[in-house]
Amino acid sequence: MTIIYLIVAFSIAIGLFVNKNTKVNYSLLGLFLAVHWGFTLYACLNAGKTDNDYFTFDSLGILLHLTLSIIAVPAAIHSWLYIKRHDETPQSRGIYFAALVSLITAIGAGYMANHIAVIWIFTEITTLSASALIYHHRNKLALEGTWKYVFICALSITFVFIGILFLSLSLQHAGSEDLSFRNLLANSAALNPFWLQLAFLFIFTGFTAKLGLVPMFTAGIDAKDKAPAPAGALLASVLMNLGFVGIFRFYTVVANTDLHHWANLVIGIAAFLSLFVATVYMIKVKNIKRMFAYSGIEHMGLVMLAVAAGGVGYYAAILHIVLHAFVKSGLFFQYNQLYRVYQNKSIYHVGNYFKYNTTGAMVLLLGFISATAMPPSGLFVSEFLIFRALFEARQIWLLIAVLLLLTMIIWAFGKNIFKILFVPLSDFDEAKVPVINPWESVSQFVLLAAAVYLGLNPPAGFVALIQESIHLLPK
Amino acid sequence: MVHVLLITFLITLFYMAIANRMLTYVKVLAVQGILLFCVVFIQLTEINLLNLVLILLETIIFKSLAVPLFLAYILKRNKITREAEPHLPNFVSLIITTLIVVVTILLSNAIKDTHLDKIFFVVALSTIFTGLYLIATRRKIITHVMGYIVIENGVFVLSLAVGNEMPMLVNLGIMLDIFASVLILGIFLNKIGDVFKDVDVDQLRNLKDY
Repeated sequence: MTIIYLIVAFSIAIGLFVNKNTKVNYSLLGLFLAVHWGFTLYACLNAGKTDNDYFTFDSLGILLHLTLSIIAVPAAIHSWLYIKRHDETPQSRGIYFAALVSLITAIGAGYMANHIAVIWIFTEITTLSASALIYHHRNKLALEGTWKYVFICALSITFVFIGILFLSLSLQHAGSEDLSFRNLLANSAALNPFWLQLAFLFIFTGFTAKLGLVPMFTAGIDAKDKAPAPAGALLASVLMNLGFVGIFRFYTVVANTDLHHWANLVIGIAAFLSLFVATVYMIKVKNIKRMFAYSGIEHMGLVMLAVAAGGVGYYAAILHIVLHAFVKSGLFFQYNQLYRVYQNKSIYHVGNYFKYNTTGAMVLLLGFISATAMPPSGLFVSEFLIFRALFEARQIWLLIAVLLLLTMIIWAFGKNIFKILFVPLSDFDEAKVPVINPWESVSQFVLLAAAVYLGLNPPAGFVALIQESIHLLPK
Repeated sequence: MVHVLLITFLITLFYMAIANRMLTYVKVLAVQGILLFCVVFIQLTEINLLNLVLILLETIIFKSLAVPLFLAYILKRNKITREAEPHLPNFVSLIITTLIVVVTILLSNAIKDTHLDKIFFVVALSTIFTGLYLIATRRKIITHVMGYIVIENGVFVLSLAVGNEMPMLVNLGIMLDIFASVLILGIFLNKIGDVFKDVDVDQLRNLKDY
């Protein structure tokens, strides 16, 4: 079934790429969303089963795939609005939608893959389609962003491959050749620790380009800045989750060996450095889109810190990435309205937003409250659990440092957001401000509300999915 | 015989560290492709014929013909003939490359593993690190691409070390080669050369936080 889905989805992408007719284009996009949702439902109905040997509909996969499907709908709607407003040629529109479709497909298939090499292949495909989206505007800055993204991602992909080679050396000691996660887990006791260490270092470093952690986070920032905002929303939410899946599945294997403590140390250091870097840039940044992107680095740092802390942290990590995906994509979807009002993305040229677009300003305010994890945001629950995990792991000093960094981030984020919302601009021509249709903000409200609902009152099925995703990890 | 070829491969790295003209880099890359072809021919004795032919074709056609020709074409089109303009003098580059090789030899001596031919490990790892070093110290974007291709060659050598047991991994490596090279070089062919005249990384500094 998965293979059929992939063939259909990629042929829709090719169709979008080739076709020049507007109506056919949009109906193909609608068809893709239907097929994608159909596949998601199929996966939910066949939970736990293995499909076409290389795909398993396990809890983590289903949970993130549902998140992806929910975010894919507003992504398509906002892309449609975006393309409509920008007088695109049929060709650039075709490339944009084809890249969008193949990006969503590759991310979804990567979530379900049960073999490390298959995740690797789909990660490569996301690099390809994301680069087409980043280069959408075809100007010098977009080219610079694309080049950096492609180069860093190509390097990271190579690193992951080197890691896979080391992993295969490690696995040979166990007398086995099958690199699927199930087999790795079954043989985890017999894996050679030296090669496994090298493999973990390389695979972890490689996937940080997608996840957005130190050391490879830089390319992602430029990408989210230069890609059109609806595509940036995907890059800043579900694509980061793909990096998380790559690391988390392999971490599950390593956590069942003697190297568990060492792996926690590696992840913890990278996560704390990411938080630190995010704080520094959040204080300095003046570009609104990049500010959102750096906030993503902060959240991924928190998530990996939770994984390193263990215990209740595993649950908190999974909860956090799901809620973060909703909140961050909502903020990115909102960004285009802001840009239409001011025609600028620098903090210096933006202000008094409540006056020009009240609905949009509400989204921005609520998004800010959600992203900084203030109650009643759902992220408050997951961050609270992360702090509890750190406390229970007896990392008091680390916890204090993290709280200090988070305080600085909230201050910097808040300072900028309140400047956008309330501070009047001196030389701003109000006559040119377009009227923004409030209906365009509905999807953002829904996403933010979903994050609140899932955080404060998680349905039993949702909790069960998270619990099941982490049941392979040692207690 | 394989060891002789691999050590020759290692020597090409030293040559690369002190090379000045861009065309020399291209030629060294082509030579590396031919060396890899020979290594594959001798080393991979246990995999099936079709797969072997595929790998051989990839090394000889892709690595030693298509990519170098393409790079030469880009150099010609963008009129990049000048020197590679390293940040560090060539002598220092040579010393550092030597240090990389020495360190990997020391590292490999610390490993006690009967499954792995150590020469493969040394050559692969030093190639990867030399490639990273080239990327870090050269100014032109096209040299960065060549550094990346050097890294890919190193990864290829590493995948050959496990190639007899897991031919799938060699195939994946080939996929990586073709995919990433086409993507990176494709961007080059399309735009970078036209937009940024005489391509220098110092020109890629416009994406800022403010």
